[in-house]
Amino acid sequence: MHEIEESNSKIQTSTVTGTEEFVVNMGPQHPSTHGVLRVILHLEGETVTDLDCDIGYLHRGTEKIGENITYSMFMPYTDRLDYIAAPSNNLAWVTAVEKFFDWEIPIRANYIRSMIAEFSRIASHLLWLATHALDIGAMTVFLWCFREREMVLDLFETAFGGRLTVNAFRLGGLEQDVPEKFLTLAQEFIDIFPSRIQDYETLLTNNRIWIQRTRGVGIISGEDAVDFGLTGPLLRASGVNYDLRRAKPYAAYPFLDFVVPTGENGDIYDRYIVRIEELRQSVKVIQQCLDQLPVGPVSCKTPRTIKPPIGEIYHSIENPKGEFGFYIVSDGSEAPYRVRIRPPSFINLAALKKLCMGELVADVVAIIGSIDIVLGECDR
Amino acid sequence: MDIVTEALIAFIKIAVVLAVVSLVVAYLTYLERKIIAHIQMRLGPMRVGWHGLLQPIADGLKLFLKEDIIPAKSDKIVFILAPIMVLVPAFVVYSVLPFSENFYITQVNIGLFLILAISSLGVFGIVMAGWASNSKYSLLGALRSAAQMLSYEIFLGFALIGPLMLAGSLNMQKIVEAQSGGWFVFYQPLAFIVFFIAALAETNRVPFDLPEAETELVAGFHTEYSGMKFAFFFLAEYANIMVVSTVGITLFFGGWMGIPGIPLPGFVWFVLKLATMIFVFIWLRATLPRYRYDQLMRIGWKFMFPLVLINIFLTGLIKYLFL
Repeated sequence: MHEIEESNSKIQTSTVTGTEEFVVNMGPQHPSTHGVLRVILHLEGETVTDLDCDIGYLHRGTEKIGENITYSMFMPYTDRLDYIAAPSNNLAWVTAVEKFFDWEIPIRANYIRSMIAEFSRIASHLLWLATHALDIGAMTVFLWCFREREMVLDLFETAFGGRLTVNAFRLGGLEQDVPEKFLTLAQEFIDIFPSRIQDYETLLTNNRIWIQRTRGVGIISGEDAVDFGLTGPLLRASGVNYDLRRAKPYAAYPFLDFVVPTGENGDIYDRYIVRIEELRQSVKVIQQCLDQLPVGPVSCKTPRTIKPPIGEIYHSIENPKGEFGFYIVSDGSEAPYRVRIRPPSFINLAALKKLCMGELVADVVAIIGSIDIVLGECDR
Repeated sequence: MDIVTEALIAFIKIAVVLAVVSLVVAYLTYLERKIIAHIQMRLGPMRVGWHGLLQPIADGLKLFLKEDIIPAKSDKIVFILAPIMVLVPAFVVYSVLPFSENFYITQVNIGLFLILAISSLGVFGIVMAGWASNSKYSLLGALRSAAQMLSYEIFLGFALIGPLMLAGSLNMQKIVEAQSGGWFVFYQPLAFIVFFIAALAETNRVPFDLPEAETELVAGFHTEYSGMKFAFFFLAEYANIMVVSTVGITLFFGGWMGIPGIPLPGFVWFVLKLATMIFVFIWLRATLPRYRYDQLMRIGWKFMFPLVLINIFLTGLIKYLFL
């Protein structure tokens, strides 16, 4: 409550004209704050003069839960962080815990993990493109993207049984090998998906309205982006070539060939271009995974109860939205002493005020869309 | 014919037009949902009746039976008056539209002027709705709407001057008859482009649907409205689309006049042209993103306004020199 009062006390009143600043509560129930984000906008006409973010509406205490359950039991909870790309979170958790041990993860498992992570990147970027385009008013892209996202979710279902929260991996590898049908369906998807990307681009990339709405709006420079700790496409659109798949390779990424796309201006349009290009690169990576997929076991021998040695590790991977990391402190028991999550959405959202100052209300919506937040991960 | 019969005929005509227009407007929403659905690889309404054909009736019934909420802190009288202020002008305009050679409610020698004058009253209803709702989103939507509709009214009016100079009359029937030699769209392409863009903005359609941009302002000026009052805004919006489409085909595409050599009744031609025009409106909605408020104003005043002025000047010059 005190935040609201604090915010109200900041309303500026002009004694000369008797006019008052216009304060709009955008959210937590608003069509385009992507979940339960609440943004308190101070407006001068339609221009943003001040902005406050109010988060925490989806706080479930995931980190605290992690301290009370075993390492393998925490897996399904990670699904519910960035629920748009659940397998990516699973991957971050398993690779983080595996760092405590010197297990030999089978190469087939690593390839499948990389492939699934790229599929979840496609799923996440498709949802981003769908909602972002809808925010700017392009309705058809929304449904076209969902058509392909549905295919990706079907793939997850074929491989793991789940669609949204898949609980894809296990400590030490996979629960079981993916069925043969998954591989053929994946190949089918990879064959048609590039033409679908072309379809989205036909509607948006050279569309004058789209360019006018996105180019030169919500600019952040490379230095500022680094200072804010931004990661993911948001950072790369500002021209900083930083991708954890390259910087700190994990799973099968050392053996895979792909380009890290970067932008120049750091505006909404560049973020759009970077993400579209990432979709293409993901297709390339998955094709390589399918071609090079070795035969063999998918899980190494792991102890019955997982008790990491006393110590602490930090491990992060390149989630669709940015650097997603786990900081785990182990006291040698079955449950972690502390689990800390580094959520890209939370840290990227911190730049919202910087991006929005002086822009119009319509741009705020576009900028929130271009940051690509998911509140499940932001609030944890 | 005595005055009683005359009044009776007029009354029947009004009743027929009102009933037909209300039904057509309701089915316009069905058409829009179906067309957009197929562009987006969906099916659209399928449940109520064959291929969802009874959907508009079910929707109307639902809106009619819904609880009618008046927000506690709203200005009640203005809140109730606003949807009426929006709907009535949208329907009054139909009195001078020429549906075919013989079917129209009345012929006025200032027909077009009457249409412009009455349809511009609708913006008052929107501003009233935005103010009376006592909601910030509604107010923002109403302000946007007022600015947008007032400026685009100007371009719409100026765009119509070109064809009017050619027709030499404000009477809608005379304008149609003046095009027997050729549709005005061939003589006035610039005016038609400006008219079409202004018509999109006037009716708050994509890419100029800022007043009710759902992803920014929730639902704009009608955020707080429910039930039948909301239905009034909805009906008025689609009725206005029909009005501007009719004005468009009357002034630029020869109204009910057909292409020579194809013997079809005037009314059929009118419906065909109207359907094509409305299809383009819906098609645009499925394709384009939305402009921003300042960009909308810039397009209007910096691009369209000079264009219509040039068009009027050229038309006048050519008419003075050669005709």
